[in-house]
Amino acid sequence: MKANILIVGVGGQGTLLASRVLGALAEIEGADCKLSEVHGMSQRGGSVVTHVKIAPEVMSPIVGVGDADVILAFEELEALRYINYLKKGGTVVVNTQRILPMPVITGARKYPEDVIDSLRASAGKVVALDALAVAEEIGELRSVNVVMLGALAADIGVAFEKIDAALKAAVKPKLYDINRKALKRGYENREEI
Amino acid sequence: MKKLMLGNEAIARGAYEAGVRVVSAYPGTPSTEVSECIAKYDEVYAEWAPNEKVACEVAVGVSYAGARSMVCMKHVGVNVAADPMFTAAYTGVNGGMVILAADDPGMHSSQNEQDTRFYARSAHIPMLEPADSAEAKQFTKLAFELSEEYDTPVFVRTTTRLAHSQSFVEEEERKEAPLRPYVKDVSKYTMMPSSAIGRHVAVEARENRLAADVNGFEINREEMRSPELGVICSGVVYEYVREALPEASVLKLGMVYPLAIEKARSFAAKVERLVVVEELEPFIENQLKAHGIACEGKSLFSKQGELSVAVIREKLLGVATEEKKLDLPVRPPVMCAGCPHRGVFYILNKLKLTVSADIGCYTLGAQPPLAAVDTVLCMGASVGIAHGFEKARGREQSAHTVAVIGDSTFIHSGITGLINAVYNKSNITLIILDNSTTGMTGHQQHPATGLTLKQEPAKILDIVALCKTVGCDSVRVVDSYDLAEVEKAVKEEVARDGVSVIVAKRPCALLNRNYPPACTVEDCRKCGMCFRLGCPAIEKQEDGSARINASLCVGCGLCSKVCRFGAIKEGKR
Repeated sequence: MKANILIVGVGGQGTLLASRVLGALAEIEGADCKLSEVHGMSQRGGSVVTHVKIAPEVMSPIVGVGDADVILAFEELEALRYINYLKKGGTVVVNTQRILPMPVITGARKYPEDVIDSLRASAGKVVALDALAVAEEIGELRSVNVVMLGALAADIGVAFEKIDAALKAAVKPKLYDINRKALKRGYENREEI
Repeated sequence: MKKLMLGNEAIARGAYEAGVRVVSAYPGTPSTEVSECIAKYDEVYAEWAPNEKVACEVAVGVSYAGARSMVCMKHVGVNVAADPMFTAAYTGVNGGMVILAADDPGMHSSQNEQDTRFYARSAHIPMLEPADSAEAKQFTKLAFELSEEYDTPVFVRTTTRLAHSQSFVEEEERKEAPLRPYVKDVSKYTMMPSSAIGRHVAVEARENRLAADVNGFEINREEMRSPELGVICSGVVYEYVREALPEASVLKLGMVYPLAIEKARSFAAKVERLVVVEELEPFIENQLKAHGIACEGKSLFSKQGELSVAVIREKLLGVATEEKKLDLPVRPPVMCAGCPHRGVFYILNKLKLTVSADIGCYTLGAQPPLAAVDTVLCMGASVGIAHGFEKARGREQSAHTVAVIGDSTFIHSGITGLINAVYNKSNITLIILDNSTTGMTGHQQHPATGLTLKQEPAKILDIVALCKTVGCDSVRVVDSYDLAEVEKAVKEEVARDGVSVIVAKRPCALLNRNYPPACTVEDCRKCGMCFRLGCPAIEKQEDGSARINASLCVGCGLCSKVCRFGAIKEGKR
């Protein structure tokens, strides 16, 4: 297995857990893996990015500009913010949820209208789903990250059983059932647009 | 078994396996998780100290007493701990002592990007720098051995990208380090001029011995590939270099102080072009040059921020990475919905006060729309700065000035500033934003929370009683959510002569997540008052009206208090 994945979103959306599930997947696959996370100040509702590199041998833990096979975005604007990191022909798996940043909330800036179009212009493929709506249906708003992870796994051709095993290894036992539901829904509900 | 581990977790594991007995620390990104991870081992005593100086002194005490100890801090914490640290280099150790110092190039979560390697040279303390989690564990263990072998504390230096990256680590068993006998030795442990003069000689002798031995250390590794280009590097930069320049020969330094000068000299002789690739200051480069080894370094690379594979490729291979510039709205970190600090900064902004703030989540009060902060310097500085403003510009100034500090930061080093203000007849108002935790670093306990790092019950420091005891003229407690009360208290206290403390109390909104239902808006009059709170849950609609994002709102009700038309209703349980 070989993939450079950039997970982007807004602090508090759970990019860390998503990356740790992918780390567990690498362990299951017997591949080398490095993850790089953001802690501290940036977590407080700011733009966050987590790097996941899986390969037979990984050197730098950081995914460089133009080096990501996939961008997994938990928020539309954040997908666009990191689009420079995508390889030519790479895939964006994006949650269509919008979380307004402070300059938009205060009216100083407008939230860009055409995010999905812009993504499509730069990416080889864009896979989108409304993960918040799925999470609401499941009854656990905080499972947006795992819904998205399901969509990612399906897109990069990871068998459900494998990503499910990785999830089980990475989450607390009492949170596994609800997260498995989220994973499955994401795995089955994505659509290319 | 191989396991994915954070660099910080691997350092904790290394210390555990090395038989560390005591770890003391003050939280600071990117070092915090080392202590949190080590606290999980029953065999290790671990604690949060009020600040890095105390933590370092505790570790020194443990070492003198014959056990292995570690003290952990971020780079700016090294400044706080520097006093005991410099002289601990003179006394040396009994049990091995490791100082974990975490630098933050690029300032992901810091107020500066100082280079801790200079401390190693200045204090004459050897420094190791691992490149990934496996090395983080290995080097930490080695640091304890070197500490005892050379009779000195030893630095392990990390950077954010090592501390917060995960890679595979092989776990090994813990090896207990037996308690060494403690023997009273005034010439070694009592640092007054008569004995310190002798110890300075010992420091130099030890450093000379280490500077010779380091050339044979395996952790300084020569990797010969093409002779065209030779790179000297250390830490996570090694990983970038290997990825960017797979053909280059590399001298990877595991010990960055003292430097393996003779090893570098012999490496230099084998390559046609020698480049030092290092983040921040030309620490390695300048030492090589001082020893007559010709090399390039900062003529190519910036002293600011982080390096990357792309930058190394660009500077050494001439291959630039294209990056489209996008004009998107920025998303800076913000105070969380329901943050108890928000209302206080709203009032400070409204009253147009000069505000000296401090280090913590409330530093975010500087961001628009709250934009209520004038100065932020370092941990605890808010109090001294307010006092300085008063002494420079008089009572007229202090009538429009407040200092703002968090509970953990106040205990860290604000209390001494307060004692100074009382002692020196100041007229200042200090607001202690007491959210019952160390917030920004991820909710660590401190002396006023009632729990220890090991989550055991502890005595609770009474901040109000403390302020009264040191002689403040007025100490009052307000509810951070009660805007009217906050405003009244601030107005009265800045007008009052003497030293005033307002403790604005309300636990961090992330601590107890049993939130009331979200607030709602009806018949919004579009006055825009609620937007001045800078709450991420209040969104401005196209028509200028307010909408509350129920998935983000935690029902604190602050917005209902600023709405003049009663259009925002608090959610009722």
